[in-house]
Amino acid sequence: MNQEKQIPMPVRYLINIALLAICLVAGNLLISGGFISSYYQKILLQVGIYIIAAVSLNVATGYLGQLPLGHAGFMAVGGYTAGIFLKACPLTGIPAFILSLVLAGIVAGIFGIIIGIPALRLKGDYLAIITLGFGEIIRVILLNIDNVLGFKLTGGAGGLMGIPKYTSFNSVFLCVVITCFVIHTLIKSRHGRAILSIRENEIAAESCGINTTYYKTMAFVVSAFFAGVSGALFASYLGILVPGDFGFMKSIEILVMVVLGGMGSMIGSVIAATVLTIVPFLLQSISQTVADYRMVIYSVLLIVVMIFKPSGLMGTYDFSLTSLIQRLINLPSVHEGVAKKGDGRNE
Amino acid sequence: MGAAIREKGDSGTHRVSICVSPCIHLYYKYRKGRIYLMLIVSQLINGLQLGSIYALVALGYSMVYGIIMLLNFAHGDIIMVGGYVAMLTIAAGVNPIFAVVLAIAACMILAVVIEKVAYTPLRSSPRISLLITAIGVSFLLENLAQNIFGANAQPFPNNKIIKTSSLNIGGVQIGVTAIVTIVVSVISMVLLTFLVQKTKRGKAMRAVSEDMGAAQLMGINVNNTITFTFAVGSLLAGIGSILYCCTYPQVSPTMGSMLGLKAFVAAVLGGIGSIPGAMIGGFAIGLAEVLVRAVGLSDWTDGVVFAILIVVLLLRPTGLLGRPMTEKV
Amino acid sequence: MSKMVPMPSHSILPQRDVDKTPILEARLLGIDFGGLTAVDNFTLTIGRTEIAGLIGPNGAGKTTVFNLLTKVYQPTRGTILLDTKDTSGMNTIQVNRAGIARTFQNIRLFKNLSVLDNVLIGIHNSMDYPLVTSVLRLPQYWKQEQEAKEKALKLLSIFQMQDLAKYQAGALPYGAQRRLEIVRALATNPKLLLLDEPAAGMNPSETAELMENIRQIRDTFQIAIMLIEHDMNLVMGICEGIAVLNYGRIIAKGTPEEIQENPAVIEAYLGKRKEG
Repeated sequence: MNQEKQIPMPVRYLINIALLAICLVAGNLLISGGFISSYYQKILLQVGIYIIAAVSLNVATGYLGQLPLGHAGFMAVGGYTAGIFLKACPLTGIPAFILSLVLAGIVAGIFGIIIGIPALRLKGDYLAIITLGFGEIIRVILLNIDNVLGFKLTGGAGGLMGIPKYTSFNSVFLCVVITCFVIHTLIKSRHGRAILSIRENEIAAESCGINTTYYKTMAFVVSAFFAGVSGALFASYLGILVPGDFGFMKSIEILVMVVLGGMGSMIGSVIAATVLTIVPFLLQSISQTVADYRMVIYSVLLIVVMIFKPSGLMGTYDFSLTSLIQRLINLPSVHEGVAKKGDGRNE
Repeated sequence: MGAAIREKGDSGTHRVSICVSPCIHLYYKYRKGRIYLMLIVSQLINGLQLGSIYALVALGYSMVYGIIMLLNFAHGDIIMVGGYVAMLTIAAGVNPIFAVVLAIAACMILAVVIEKVAYTPLRSSPRISLLITAIGVSFLLENLAQNIFGANAQPFPNNKIIKTSSLNIGGVQIGVTAIVTIVVSVISMVLLTFLVQKTKRGKAMRAVSEDMGAAQLMGINVNNTITFTFAVGSLLAGIGSILYCCTYPQVSPTMGSMLGLKAFVAAVLGGIGSIPGAMIGGFAIGLAEVLVRAVGLSDWTDGVVFAILIVVLLLRPTGLLGRPMTEKV
Repeated sequence: MSKMVPMPSHSILPQRDVDKTPILEARLLGIDFGGLTAVDNFTLTIGRTEIAGLIGPNGAGKTTVFNLLTKVYQPTRGTILLDTKDTSGMNTIQVNRAGIARTFQNIRLFKNLSVLDNVLIGIHNSMDYPLVTSVLRLPQYWKQEQEAKEKALKLLSIFQMQDLAKYQAGALPYGAQRRLEIVRALATNPKLLLLDEPAAGMNPSETAELMENIRQIRDTFQIAIMLIEHDMNLVMGICEGIAVLNYGRIIAKGTPEEIQENPAVIEAYLGKRKEG
């Protein structure tokens, strides 16, 4: 191990930053040059939004090892927070948008605490059920709260309309990068290891002095926060929100992405979210009938993956460009069969 | 909202009647009392009707959970399949009684096939994989139905199975459907209890749910017992399906998901894995739902059902009659 | 909590520990499971640097005692004084922070994490950088992570496992997993280390090595160690005080020599072995 050449940390950061900058600039050039039509831009934005949703759910599912079934509820909270804020806020433009994203994350995070503290007292299936319940309650509240309050807040079943559309390629790209970076650095820290230890063996974690309740709540809140951000981006992308958008089905759709990608693998979530968002559009362009069977294909895929590869396509593997380069440098001395590491390494 | 407004109207006439004459007032009070009583009785029966369907479906969830610790998300969609089979066979001119039998049989076969194909290969995998598979199966059934039959609800020929008339018992109008539903459910539950408590099969089921490994060592065929449990659970679901379709005479691809979720809530509420718990939970959810609707908050029904679930789970994490789970260290 | 009245101890502490306050005093500890008494009247004192043994036939309640001491189960009766502090009302996490670390009979490693990460999780509470520091990767993060890594590798080197740091814990051979569990427990800076059958599944030469390691750990870290073990060579070889448990009660306490000659022990435990 010692004889291997290591790329020093600052260089690693520089490589990653350079790569991201290239992507950002290339994306902008392609859009302004008219190489990416507005139709493809829309797909691109959706991909980004779903990546954030999937990566954030992965914190609770993959890293913490719980199975929350109400992720769409947090997206709804974030989306409606941002939507209402943007409509009411005297500010306009980028400052308002950034504020709305942060606010959406915070409010969703608060909901994460409110839901997480009671829910996390339960284990396994019961946690799944109770989060499902909370998710549905959020939907019912969004649907009916206007009748109780007596004034228009959420727009009820008709939806919250006229949300300013600020979501753009750049904002989604930056949000994806920030989300992945924050979750990656979190997981690679002592806090992240504590979260992983709960997934691995809760009793052993407690006997190591890990405050399991605290870290479960932390993971849940981080998960909810970024779900809120993705909901906010969604709100400002569509311009209209309907409670039906955030039902149980949406939660499952995001869960499918996380599971197919491999629970605990950030790159897995990113790839799965990308593919599963693009595939329906692709199918649609081939034939409408095939596109209609999209959900059928999804569900068969889910069952087949669970039966033949329960750990998901990527397992807990995580990709790191710098590690890859490092491995290439050390190729002659590479020692085959080094055990995979079960943690985030994606930047 | 409707009922709330009506109530306000009633109290208005009440106040007027005081001014007119104490005699009329007394008469009104008597009549109002009777009307309220009859209203309560008929709502109670509605609640029992809905509750007994939930209980039947909840039993399937509960039995499967008891035996392989799986929340069988697909259970609700089996009900939907039963509904479609009954509707289509009746539409094809099959004798309604035969159609009902066919629908129930279809539910059982489907459940057993799902168990063999999707759940058996995963028996030794982590529970989360099994749960996700069940979600996948549920999704598959729902979307297949949507693609085959279309997303819209179709009318169900309920009057061909149970007459839609109603009886007048002591001044209370009770639908035949309600009576049949309650009676059939209660009989099914009694038979199930007999099956589980008094027969050899039932003993095997209890043994497997207690300790699969030990049951196997005692010479019990675990695979058969699990399949049998699925079959019985979906038999009840099939019955529930017919009764549900007769109560709300329409079928749609997503009809199973909400019904399933509620029944599932009922099973959890009563203590999942417990048969009497599922019955209690079913009736509790049915009554609660009708009550919420009766006070004029029908939009909030789903929310209230889930809120009850959350409160119960927080107070008793394994439901009303569930056994506490402990991990051996 | 009312002040505890000192109680005469029946345990014989090693000569060097006699003048110091004991690290652990369990007084009349007991637990019932649904009306069944699993452990009762468990009274034991362990010296600051003692290696103590807890033996007894299968099902005698040895692991239950560990679970009581680490508050995996809350005792029904009795008091536990850890370094003269009453641990009643504490949970597993607080007890660990107060100074008890343990290993498990059925190994409980963080199997999908690397060996290094397993140890680093043990070091978790020795680090104190906040969440923001880890997300922004401030200098404090790098400094503490580096220190923790060095400490982890040093601990792993007790068992010559430093070269395995990058491997997945679940992929290690059985014996190495047991040793890793000990390292992880040590990483939490315990004052008392509880080892539940550390030699299970090891061959005689591995066991002999383990004995050496246990002694070395005691000498280096100056901590007390209490172990449950069925391997009598190991128990008699390194334990200074032994308690024998049968049907949830202590039937004998003493030095290895005393235990080996105790008729009650021979009848309940060693006697059976001779017959077999």
